[in-house]
Amino acid sequence: MADKPEKFIDENGIRSDGRRANEIRDVKIEVGVLSRADGSCYLEFGKNKVMAAVYGPREVHPRHQQKSNRAIVRYKYNMASFSVEDRKRPGPDRRSIEVSKVSREALEDQIFTEYFPKSAIDVFVEVLQADAGTRTAALNAASVALADAGIPMRSLVSACAVGKVDDTLVLDLNKDEDNYGQADMPIAMTPDGKITLLQMDGHLTQEEFKQGLEMAQEGCRQVYEMQRKALMDYYSKKTEVLSTEVTAAEDVKGDAPEEPEDVTQVEVLEDTEDTKKIDDTNETGDTRETEGTKETGDTEETEDTVKAGDVEELEDSGEEVPDTGENADETDGQMDESEEEISNE
Amino acid sequence: MDKHIVVPGDFLSDDVKKAGDGTYVSEGKVYSNLYGLASEKEKIRVVSLSGKYIPQGGDLIVATVSEITFSNWIMDIKSPYEGLLNVSEYPRRIDSSDMVKYLDVGSSVLVMVKNVSRSMKVELTMRNNRLKPITSGRIVQVSAVKVPRMIGRGGSMISMLKKETNCNIAVGQNGVIWITGKDRDMDKAVEAIQIIENEAHINGLTDRISGFLKGDVEKEPETAKPAGSEILDELLD
Repeated sequence: MADKPEKFIDENGIRSDGRRANEIRDVKIEVGVLSRADGSCYLEFGKNKVMAAVYGPREVHPRHQQKSNRAIVRYKYNMASFSVEDRKRPGPDRRSIEVSKVSREALEDQIFTEYFPKSAIDVFVEVLQADAGTRTAALNAASVALADAGIPMRSLVSACAVGKVDDTLVLDLNKDEDNYGQADMPIAMTPDGKITLLQMDGHLTQEEFKQGLEMAQEGCRQVYEMQRKALMDYYSKKTEVLSTEVTAAEDVKGDAPEEPEDVTQVEVLEDTEDTKKIDDTNETGDTRETEGTKETGDTEETEDTVKAGDVEELEDSGEEVPDTGENADETDGQMDESEEEISNE
Repeated sequence: MDKHIVVPGDFLSDDVKKAGDGTYVSEGKVYSNLYGLASEKEKIRVVSLSGKYIPQGGDLIVATVSEITFSNWIMDIKSPYEGLLNVSEYPRRIDSSDMVKYLDVGSSVLVMVKNVSRSMKVELTMRNNRLKPITSGRIVQVSAVKVPRMIGRGGSMISMLKKETNCNIAVGQNGVIWITGKDRDMDKAVEAIQIIENEAHINGLTDRISGFLKGDVEKEPETAKPAGSEILDELLD
C-alpha cells in the first residue's frame, strides 16, 4: 500500500490520478451478465469492480422473516478475499454488515414492496476489486440489476462520494484520498434529488457540507445518465442483433409448402389411452374434409364425445382420468379468447 | 405515440387518468415503475422485459404437485407463491387418503386459479371439464412476461403454431407450456417456442415464426438444429 502522498492536488488543480476536483472516475456498466439471476449488473467504477445479482420476488426463507403486507428486501454486500491488496478474511464482518444495512435502506424505499406481499427480493453484491467507494459502486450496480429483474421501483438510485483532501472538496475519492484524506461522504440519491443514503467519515464545516452535497448531486446525475444509458443499450443491443433476421425471415415467408397430409390429429392423440371414440371421429373427419375445415370440424365433433366420455370414465373406474390432446386444444382456445375457430376458417 | 424504452422513474405524462399498468402517480404526474417498453393507447402502459408470475383469479396455469397435506395438494406454480388445490376442487369426490392415487408429487395439472387472497393465498381449482392432469406430452417453461407474445394478438401466434406443428399446445399464464404431439413435431414446437421467448420484444414475430416453421418442413426433419439456425442459414446464402 502506498504511503501518504505529500500532496493530493498539484498546483494546476490536478489530482494524483489526473482528474480535476469535480470529476468522477470512468464508469463501465454491463446489464444482464448472469444468466441464472433474475437481474444482474457488472459495474466498474475506476478501479472498483463489482457484480450485482438480484433474485426475486421469491419465497421467504426462513419463514418468520416474511411480512404479510409487503416484500422484504435483503441486501448482501460482500468483499471477495482477493479484492484488496492484503487478503481480506472472507465472510461478513462488522463493516460489511453495516454497508449491507445502509445500502438496503437506500434501495428499499424506492422499491414497490407492497406489490409482492410475503415475498423476498434478494440483492447480492460482490466486490471483486476494491479501490475506495465500493459501497457507492455496489449501490449503482444493485439499482441497475433491480431494474433488469423487472422489479417495480419509484426510480433508479445513483450513488457517489465526496470528500476533502488538502482542505479542498473533491468528488469521488480514490484509494489514497480515502485513506489519508480529511473526510469521506458517500451519498446515494434518486434523479429527482431525494437522498437515500448519506454517511460521513471525518470533518466538514457546514459550508463544506453544503458545497459537497451539491458536488455529489452532480456526480450522481452523471452516474444516473450512465445507468440509464446502459439499460437502454442493453435493450437495443438485443433488438439490433435480431433485426437482421427479420429481413431474412421475410424471404422465407413466401415459399410455404403444403401441410403434410398424412400427419393427422389421430396421431397427435395416439399415446392417450381413452381416446378410442375420438380417434374414430377424427379419421372420418380427416378423410372427408378439406384442410381448412379439418380442425374446426374435429373440435366440434369431438367436444361432446369427450365430455360424455369424461363423465362416464370418471364415474366408472375412477382410476384413469382421460387426457386428450383435443381437450388441451379446447382449453387453449379458451385462453386466447376463442379466436381459434375464426382463424381456422 | 410509438413504443419506447423507459427505466423506473421516467416521466410519462401529466394526465393522471392515463396511468396504466407499470406506472405510478406522484404529485399529479405519471411515471414508469418498470424497466421496459412504454406504449400509449387510452392509457400509458409499461411492459417489463422480465419479472415473475403473480397469480390472479381466473388464470389458467400448469402446476406441479410439490407436497401433499391432509386435504390439499400444494403446487408449484412457478411464482413466488405456492398454489393450494383442495381435494374438494378435484372434479370428483375422493377420499383424502386416496389423494396420492390421483395426483402424486411431481404430477402436473392444468388448473385454474380460483381466488387469490390479499395475503397471497392462492386457491386453485380443477372444477371445469377442460382441467385435468397431464399424462402425456412435454412441458416447456418460459418467462411469464412472454406469455402474451406466445399467444399473440387474438391468439394468432398460438393457433399458427398449433397448425404448423400439428401439436396441441396449452399456454399457462404462468409461462408453463404443455405440448402434445408426435416427438418430431414437439421438437419443432419447442424450438419455435424458444425463438419466441428470445425474440419476444421484436416486431413481426408471428411472421418470423411462421417462416421458421414452414422453412423447416422442407428440410430433413432428422437434423436437429439449434433455434433460429434456419434463419441464419438463409442469411448466409
